[in-house]
Amino acid sequence: MVNRAQQITRSALAGYGAAGFLAALSLGTLGVVALKAGGLSGLNGGDLAAIRFTVAQALASAILSVALAIPVARALARRQFRGRGLLVTLLGAPFILPVIVAVLGLLAVYGRASVISEALQSLGFTRLDIYGFSGVVLAHVFFNLPLATRLFLQGWQAIPSEHFRLAAGLGMNSRDISRHLERPMLGRVLPGTFATIFLLCVTSFAVALTLGGGPRATTIELAIYQAFRFDFDLSKAALLALVQFGLTAIAAVLAWRLTRPARLGTGFDQPVKRWDCNGVGAVTLDALTLTLTALFLLLPLAAVALKGLAGLPDLPFSILPAALRSIAVALTSALLTLSLALPLAQTIARTSPHRPRLAGLLEGAGYLSIAASPMVIGTGLFIALFPLVDPARLALPITALVNAALSLPFALRALIPALREVEREYGPLADSLGMRGLARFRLMTWPRIRPAAGFAAGLAAALSMGDLGVIALFADPDAATLPLMLYRLMGSYQMEAANGAALLLVGLSLALFWGFDRGGRVRAAS
Amino acid sequence: MKTPLLAAGLMLALTGMAPAQDKPILNIYTYDSFVSDWGPGPAVEKAFEEICACDLQFTAAGDGAALLARLQLEGARSKADVVLGLDTNLTARAAKTGLFAPHNRAMDENNLPVKWDDPLFLPYDWGYFAFVYDTTKLARVPYNFEMLASAPDDFKIIIQDPRSSTPGLGLLMWIKAAYGDRAPEIWAGLAPHILTVTKGWSEAYGMFLAGEANMVLSYTTSPAYHLIAEQDDTKAAAIFEEGHYLQIEVAGKLAASDQPALADRFLEFMLSEAFQSIIPTTNWMYPVGILKDGLPEGFEPPVPPAKALLFSPEDALAVRNEALDEWLTALSK
Amino acid sequence: MLHLENLLIRQGDFSLTADWSLERGQKLAIIGPSGGGKSTLLSAIAGLIPITAGRIHLGGQDASELPPAKRPVSLLFQDHNLFPHLSVGRNVGLGLRPDLKLSRDQWQQVDAVLVQVGLEGLAARQPGALSGGQRQRVALARALLRKRPVLMLDEPFAALGPALKSEMLELVAQIVSDNELTLVMVTHDPNDARRISDVVSLVTDSVAQAPQETQNLFANPPKALAHYLGQEDF
Repeated sequence: MVNRAQQITRSALAGYGAAGFLAALSLGTLGVVALKAGGLSGLNGGDLAAIRFTVAQALASAILSVALAIPVARALARRQFRGRGLLVTLLGAPFILPVIVAVLGLLAVYGRASVISEALQSLGFTRLDIYGFSGVVLAHVFFNLPLATRLFLQGWQAIPSEHFRLAAGLGMNSRDISRHLERPMLGRVLPGTFATIFLLCVTSFAVALTLGGGPRATTIELAIYQAFRFDFDLSKAALLALVQFGLTAIAAVLAWRLTRPARLGTGFDQPVKRWDCNGVGAVTLDALTLTLTALFLLLPLAAVALKGLAGLPDLPFSILPAALRSIAVALTSALLTLSLALPLAQTIARTSPHRPRLAGLLEGAGYLSIAASPMVIGTGLFIALFPLVDPARLALPITALVNAALSLPFALRALIPALREVEREYGPLADSLGMRGLARFRLMTWPRIRPAAGFAAGLAAALSMGDLGVIALFADPDAATLPLMLYRLMGSYQMEAANGAALLLVGLSLALFWGFDRGGRVRAAS
Repeated sequence: MKTPLLAAGLMLALTGMAPAQDKPILNIYTYDSFVSDWGPGPAVEKAFEEICACDLQFTAAGDGAALLARLQLEGARSKADVVLGLDTNLTARAAKTGLFAPHNRAMDENNLPVKWDDPLFLPYDWGYFAFVYDTTKLARVPYNFEMLASAPDDFKIIIQDPRSSTPGLGLLMWIKAAYGDRAPEIWAGLAPHILTVTKGWSEAYGMFLAGEANMVLSYTTSPAYHLIAEQDDTKAAAIFEEGHYLQIEVAGKLAASDQPALADRFLEFMLSEAFQSIIPTTNWMYPVGILKDGLPEGFEPPVPPAKALLFSPEDALAVRNEALDEWLTALSK
Repeated sequence: MLHLENLLIRQGDFSLTADWSLERGQKLAIIGPSGGGKSTLLSAIAGLIPITAGRIHLGGQDASELPPAKRPVSLLFQDHNLFPHLSVGRNVGLGLRPDLKLSRDQWQQVDAVLVQVGLEGLAARQPGALSGGQRQRVALARALLRKRPVLMLDEPFAALGPALKSEMLELVAQIVSDNELTLVMVTHDPNDARRISDVVSLVTDSVAQAPQETQNLFANPPKALAHYLGQEDF
């Protein structure tokens, strides 16, 4: 067993290394900021109000996203129709939209100057006014409903089709199936999904501010921003970041204690054949659900596309190098995500049977980034790196790296179950044939997890494509990325061109995601 | 597993190569929109490099406040020789850092509406904060804050958050300078008309152009942009009786600069015609200097200097937190 | 050839003991109720699960600590014998080198062994394009290439129809005698045991009993076997 033991140690080392790196990136940067400040300072009334608002909007957003996603996922799981695959892909788009693009898209449809508002006014009603708590929640549902739907759909498709066949054979109706098959599945998938969305909404900042209608909608992340920019109070920033970690840690522990994460990523192709839901009522309900969801999510996207098309001719030539730079960042980020996620996921999958607590700790490290404040990560990295190297030269690598870390929770959720499955099914065969190390990875593991890896890489690429968060302190004026160009265009009154840049950004993000996701699934079928 | 190697290689490629240098380098820290393709940066760099036998390198950091925060993070080890893009709301805080050196220079004749005697910072452009509206959509234009407050309920304005945006902080100062202790009352009156508060100018202006609100907080020079660059004369700035708060943008030399002479030359250049003539149609602000050919059409200052409102840097710093608290209180109700 | 010395396997509430040996060239069938531990015993011999106490000797040497691939055994599972993403040829080739870096000569060996199991010319096919019987032939071909003296079968033909199954058993019998292999086969079908094995071990009540001559055993079943065969009333 000597060789094999060594092999495990080496790959486990890479796993622990990845976990340590992630902890350093999220908690370490916070430590650096606190160290620079010389400690933590107290919270005032405004900070407490920010904490309350943050929790309230994140809870509401998560509840609504999850509640709406269940009927949507059910409809997608039990209906076969033309364009279903395309719809599932497009439904993923809002999740990877840059915030400002999404907000302008949402306003084009639900804003005071939108077609809907015009129509309402001509009918004698008041215009739509989404600003305030409802606007924040609306935007967060827009971003996260697709994610929740994807997770639930995954849960539905994990129910073996034999169970539905058995249910049909026993003459179960929709209600019985719901009780015996669907609700138990939801019980497993729901807490993790809820927690994920809650966490994503906790660190929200620009959405909350822009649509929140005023300082009532101050989130913790905005308070952190204020501490840096307005007060230059690093100790306050560090403390608020710590509070944010605390909040998310509580949510994460509550949710992940309750369930094993649902598998994310692969196999949306075949809906399960069902016999129980062909009544007029059920069909109408599903059709209505899908139509309304598609309209809710796709209209803002269509608005972005329409305005963008008109703006494409106004784009300056410099958009081209910016786009190429962004693509390079996205590809790097995708590869980095895999380089971090694969050893970590493999170590977690291997340790979990005999050392579940250690595996849980490693998995927790992988999720840390979702709870970290992008502002604190950026500042901590800046403080740590500035004495050593010119920050501007690190702008693009840092963007790629931080986004890889931010994509990691999703990558892990896709990869860990896939790795567990391949080890369970083919591990004994590989063991008995003596397949070890690289050969085992190349000939057994990689071909089996390619779909999950493709999904993870695609998500990382798309997310880093649209990111601006961490780059601010490191920005290199001569090497602007696409989102930075977008903001510069907006900051220079070039709104038409900015719309064009937004369309380009969305198009490239989706294309990258689609490319990786597809690339993972092509010829991967067994 | 070649992925990590490949990723590391790409990371290295993304760091880029440092250019070989023989000329002295002047490092200027400024805000992001200054260096964008549409800002003054490219033209300024070209014009100065023609006369300085040096390499001018910009480093961009968000906006003025982010610029100052970055400088504070870097401290005396900063490679910056000149910081360009602070305004008078920030200069007191900037002076307190002790990082700046005196410019030892008197201001020439200029068209600033106020007298300038700051020993550390020199101004390069200025403007008035103002609410901008669409002349084709707004018939009754408010001409003071109280009239704005008493507008119908569906009259909406978009402002920026003072905690994250320069114009946002400007409005805070504007109302404080115009109304003093009555500021909370004015804010309470404005509150129902504030559609939303955005992170920065870009989001607010974009939403205004999309038709979301009747007016947006911007500058009196914004209409000039639409007129000159887009031949669109439908945008106008509402002129308020109380006067308008000034934003004066300044630059300063770092005490720790390793190119002090070059930095002085740049500040000199900044006040010259070559730099000043670039400002109006790139930064869309009033130049500090008096241009040979005068200002482009649309750039006439809208209010007599007597109506210009401005706190001294020390007063601005002193009232800042109180004004912010008043704003938070009024808008959180 | 195979000697289980005071072997104990414990997994939670489950336990299994065995203390017997098998001569070279013998053909052993392991039968018993499902859940009794037949597959577990095979996995332990193959080194895929750890043993709690005792020793496993294979070919005269103590194999208890050897990694699975170093043990002189080949094991065919009920399913997952082939990697579905690798061609038939590559699946077989894994038997020669687990990293699949084969010489031209070795690839010819792969083709040759495919001929032996009746799959001539199918090397380029994907396993998904084969029938269930053909897939198990591929697995047998790989076991042949590995040239391990002990062949262990964990009900690999259970899912095949009767005709196909007897065809496969014939093939196994021929391979075993041609190559002078020792065979250990798990089955739940006494007829399989009668057809191919010369000794039988009954696994029941946490014990894998010492092998006994097949003919004698079935002619005169002890109580536990009779119970398993449903013959108690006779």
